[in-house]
Amino acid sequence: MNAALYHRRRRRSRIVMVLSVAATAFGALWLVLILGTLVWNGAAGLSLAVFAENTPPPGSAGGLANAIVGSVILTIFGIVIGTPIGILAGTWMAEYGRYSPLSTVIRFVNDILLSAPSIVIGLFVYEILVVSMGHFSAWAGGAALAMLVIPVVVRTTEDMLLLVPNTLREAGAAIGAPRWKIIASVGYRAARSGILTGILLAVARITGETAPLLFTALNNQFWSLDPNQPMASLPVTIFQFALSPYADWQQLAWTGALIVTFAVLTLNIVARVLSNLGGSK
Amino acid sequence: MTEAALPSIRETSVTDAGRLRALKRFAAGDALFRGATLTAAIAVLVLLGGVIVSLAVGSVPALKAFGFDFLTTQKWNPVTEKFGAIAPIYGTLVTSLIAMLIGVPVSIGIAIFLTELCPYWLRRPIGIAIELLAGIPSIIYGIWGLFVFAPFLQATLQPWLIEAFADVPVLNVLFAGPPYGIGVLTAGLILAIMVLPFITAVTRDVFLTVPPVLKEAAYGMGCTTWEVIRKVVLPYTRVGVVGGVMLGLGRALGETMAVTFVIGNAHRISSSILAPGTTISATIANEFNEAVGDIYTSSLIALGLILFVITFIVLAISRLMLMRLERKQGK
Repeated sequence: MNAALYHRRRRRSRIVMVLSVAATAFGALWLVLILGTLVWNGAAGLSLAVFAENTPPPGSAGGLANAIVGSVILTIFGIVIGTPIGILAGTWMAEYGRYSPLSTVIRFVNDILLSAPSIVIGLFVYEILVVSMGHFSAWAGGAALAMLVIPVVVRTTEDMLLLVPNTLREAGAAIGAPRWKIIASVGYRAARSGILTGILLAVARITGETAPLLFTALNNQFWSLDPNQPMASLPVTIFQFALSPYADWQQLAWTGALIVTFAVLTLNIVARVLSNLGGSK
Repeated sequence: MTEAALPSIRETSVTDAGRLRALKRFAAGDALFRGATLTAAIAVLVLLGGVIVSLAVGSVPALKAFGFDFLTTQKWNPVTEKFGAIAPIYGTLVTSLIAMLIGVPVSIGIAIFLTELCPYWLRRPIGIAIELLAGIPSIIYGIWGLFVFAPFLQATLQPWLIEAFADVPVLNVLFAGPPYGIGVLTAGLILAIMVLPFITAVTRDVFLTVPPVLKEAAYGMGCTTWEVIRKVVLPYTRVGVVGGVMLGLGRALGETMAVTFVIGNAHRISSSILAPGTTISATIANEFNEAVGDIYTSSLIALGLILFVITFIVLAISRLMLMRLERKQGK
């Protein structure tokens, strides 16, 4: 009787454990499947032309040069606009308003912005910038991406500054440094690798973003560096080309997908390695 | 010391003046820096407020034209300019529900594996592999779903579902053919894969907060691993797990590109989950740039507002749950 109960309990436990291993295999399987298909389908189209030529009209050969450059420019806009705001806001929350209720409210709002649907951010920037300017532009695309950068950077900056021991700040104050100097030379320096990790993660996040660019930067079939004009980007080009009926375009979409994924995963891994280095110091 | 204590009068006034100037400069610098950081912090609040206000303002024409009917009618006709949001709302909720039904148990399973079973040296690599799933851009899930996953489902799972449940009441309506490949179920399955890393990360982290003493006490009484998880770990971390699930749900509700590729974009509510449908985000992504006329545009913005309100509530619940757990931790 007792032995039977014992065996039943053991068996049940073992079944759950087998299921949990299966769940993990199931999760990892998708990563392998998706990356495998990407390499399989994308590598076939990789050539120098992809990086050298602009997006073609349907039915002719071409590359993704304007989309790649556009993506880089839009990402730079997003980071340059978003990072300072994010770092400053995170600084206020960790250094000045650590115990203030406002800080709690901002943290709450920031966490919601962190997971808010990016398409809604696109609509917001459309309403604010595109409608008032009267046309789609790379500026608007950069602003939409900046709105995705801000919450990531705020979060990591605050978390990293909170990890800086107070004794370091007190040491700074004891030699008569003003507060901004303490934050800049002690806080930021101690939290540097963490903040940098946050920025890299933000870059990784916006590099692959499509939805907020659809109605802000739009797309551009031609080479354009004018931030006042619509600008091509890799994700939007992939979206357009993948849903087209033309084989050339679909092939370019796969190749673009491979490039984007490779870039994003590399950034993710670099950020992780960097945060590890910072952590072990 | 004596020299410093007894400076000449002239020197004192000079250094004091210099010191005062320096102090003033310091104070000014401090005020400036504090002001700048505070402004940025408040800008975060303003951004959220701005999103809500601008969407609300943008959706006024549609809500004025249709009133409450906007939320209850299925009609979506750009030609006659009659719009109702119920089909996309339904699609959003159903795809997210499917994603949760599959994603939550699998995520918890992975978290159990990572915290209880996995050898230490393997924890990091497996953890990173799952987290990288979150790093893959959603458009990649979309293109993969459309060209690889949907045809695969069309050839395998969907015919099987139709056949297997053909004689079972209720289920034969839910799984009614033909197998299109794309559709509500496919979108839900892809969403399930996409939310895995988010739920797993939170669940694993909260599992790790369980004091080892509690688990050891249960093991000491002779509990099996599963009993420890069910009777000790899960009750202790319930709030956190719910927070993680809500976070995943928030992601699933708002996901755009992956769904847009595979949902089929049909503005109707079908009883079969194999049929094409649409979601709020897919509708906006597909139609916004082609929308002509104020009412059409405004209806799409109103959809965006509905989506934002739904995700806001879900994410707010998630945050509150996780904050409760943190307070319990004494953080």
